[in-house]
Amino acid sequence: MPVNIVSYIKKDYIRSMAEKGIRLDGRGMDEMRELTVEKDYLGSAEGSARIKLGKTDVVVGVKIDPGTPFSDRPNLGVLISTAELTAISSPLHESGPPRPPAIELARVTDRSIRESQTIDLAPLCIEEGEKVWMIFIDIHPLDYHGNLFDACQYGAMAALSTAKVPWSKLDEKRKDEPLGTHTAPVSLTAVKIGSKVMIDPSLDEDEVADARITVSTDENGDIRAMQKGLNGSFTIDEVKYVVKLSEELGSKVRPKLMD
Amino acid sequence: MSDPYTDIQLIDKKGKRLDGRKVDELRPITIEAGVLDRADGSCFLEWGDNKVIVGVYGPREVHPRHMQNPLRGIVRARYNMTPFSVSERKRPGPDRRSTEISKLISEALENVVLTDRFPRTTVDVFIEVLEASAGTRCAGLTAASVALADAGIPMKDLVPSVASGKIGDKVVLDLGKEEDNFGEADVPFAMVPRTGEVVLLQMDGHLTQEEFSEILEMNRKASMEIYEIQKAALVKRYSSFTEEGETSEESEEPPKKAKEAKEAKEVKEVKEVKEVKEVKETLETKEVKEALETKEAKAPEEPAPHKDQKADIQAHEVDAGEVKKPDGKPAPEEIKSGDTGTEEGGGK
Repeated sequence: MPVNIVSYIKKDYIRSMAEKGIRLDGRGMDEMRELTVEKDYLGSAEGSARIKLGKTDVVVGVKIDPGTPFSDRPNLGVLISTAELTAISSPLHESGPPRPPAIELARVTDRSIRESQTIDLAPLCIEEGEKVWMIFIDIHPLDYHGNLFDACQYGAMAALSTAKVPWSKLDEKRKDEPLGTHTAPVSLTAVKIGSKVMIDPSLDEDEVADARITVSTDENGDIRAMQKGLNGSFTIDEVKYVVKLSEELGSKVRPKLMD
Repeated sequence: MSDPYTDIQLIDKKGKRLDGRKVDELRPITIEAGVLDRADGSCFLEWGDNKVIVGVYGPREVHPRHMQNPLRGIVRARYNMTPFSVSERKRPGPDRRSTEISKLISEALENVVLTDRFPRTTVDVFIEVLEASAGTRCAGLTAASVALADAGIPMKDLVPSVASGKIGDKVVLDLGKEEDNFGEADVPFAMVPRTGEVVLLQMDGHLTQEEFSEILEMNRKASMEIYEIQKAALVKRYSSFTEEGETSEESEEPPKKAKEAKEAKEVKEVKEVKEVKEVKETLETKEVKEALETKEAKAPEEPAPHKDQKADIQAHEVDAGEVKKPDGKPAPEEIKSGDTGTEEGGGK
């Protein structure tokens, strides 16, 4: 397995600059990279989007197919999301079964979409216990330039906002209906390098980060999902600061994804 | 599920096909090289409703080690259909079909890549099918060879590829989705244009020998057409590099984006300059002060030239007339153009 090697010089440089409040790409500590969203990107998917966060590039497809419900939830639709560290997106990613970092990414993204009840699953029941709509959100990074956590979440939300339930597949008289979203949680990821917290880490910052935190907040500023990663730590105040930023920036990002 | 297509006539009496094409007409193809940043080479290809993106990495170390060849490099292509690329979701990961296609594409590419130039290494080619609508292996191979060229891998030629077949007793070029599913025969094909070598050939269905040779000829002709599109994509990507360093990076992008990117870059540059200034100032205020204090109490004009280059240069641009500085220092104009040249041009 290829190992990521970051030179001490680069590490020290990023760290010492961070201490002075300077990021290598000239951004402020609480400044996001440019986000571009291209919706309805693919014809073959029921919903899709390609988003770019700086140079990080992710394509997301939503497929909605009929399937059997879980036996303990016979009258609810099924929502499954997958995210991979695709081999095309970085020289350090390999194809094959996902390793822990890929699984963490997939689960964190999933949490901020599924566990936050973004989608109302009740109307997705076709025949109780027999047939429901299964929604698959497949997240496919193409170019990894840091902060896949947010890029994947944004891509998934943008793709969901375009998704249509293909009722016409089952019943020719019935029209396809927009899937619709209950709430629109938007995530924000920050990393800590030395004593400084900065949001939307670039590739360099991702590589030298001590700790990472992802916070998803909804329209009301309520927290819908959270994950702290890596072996560094945050103080309580830093966590609160990131939550505040997540609410603030979330309200700016949300219209780009959902409208 | 009942098939809505089984009764459909794939081609009418006038030889017009479902999507309105003539029998020997390709679907529209657009190719763009150099679309990904981290990959060493990349290519995005749209072919009708197909969307394929390819990233190339290498030559790099082979993992697992036992695949290494001490005499030459290897080419490993991985053809992958994304789950959302087809109408019914495909389970992610390789299946028997994509494993076979990966193998065929690897072998076709290995034929054109000059692998003896980099023994013991691998060139990894990742082909991601984002949207599939018949002929994805040909689209993948066509895009892969452009991506390899974009990565600067030595090759004897590009590999245009196309699939033709037979529908309703007629031989047609570049099968579309319905034609692929319900036609009588399908012949994926790839040829090295410079040498005429056929490096990919499959066939399934039922063809007479005459029909088969007709298809081969059709494929060959179309390959030359595709070849031109491939070359044009590479020319578009690299022709701008002959200009001075700065503009080249920008002009690769589509015009709309290029403008944005340029603006963004300008902003970034201004920021960088500021940054550098700040750091310099913080460093220098200390150092310079110390230096000044220890040495004679010189006037501040002495450290000025290297203290704030930009300001200095600007000053000189204003009075561009007097290039020769009275104190006989090297002409600042020269320094400036040289400096900015390397600074901005070293993009890739």
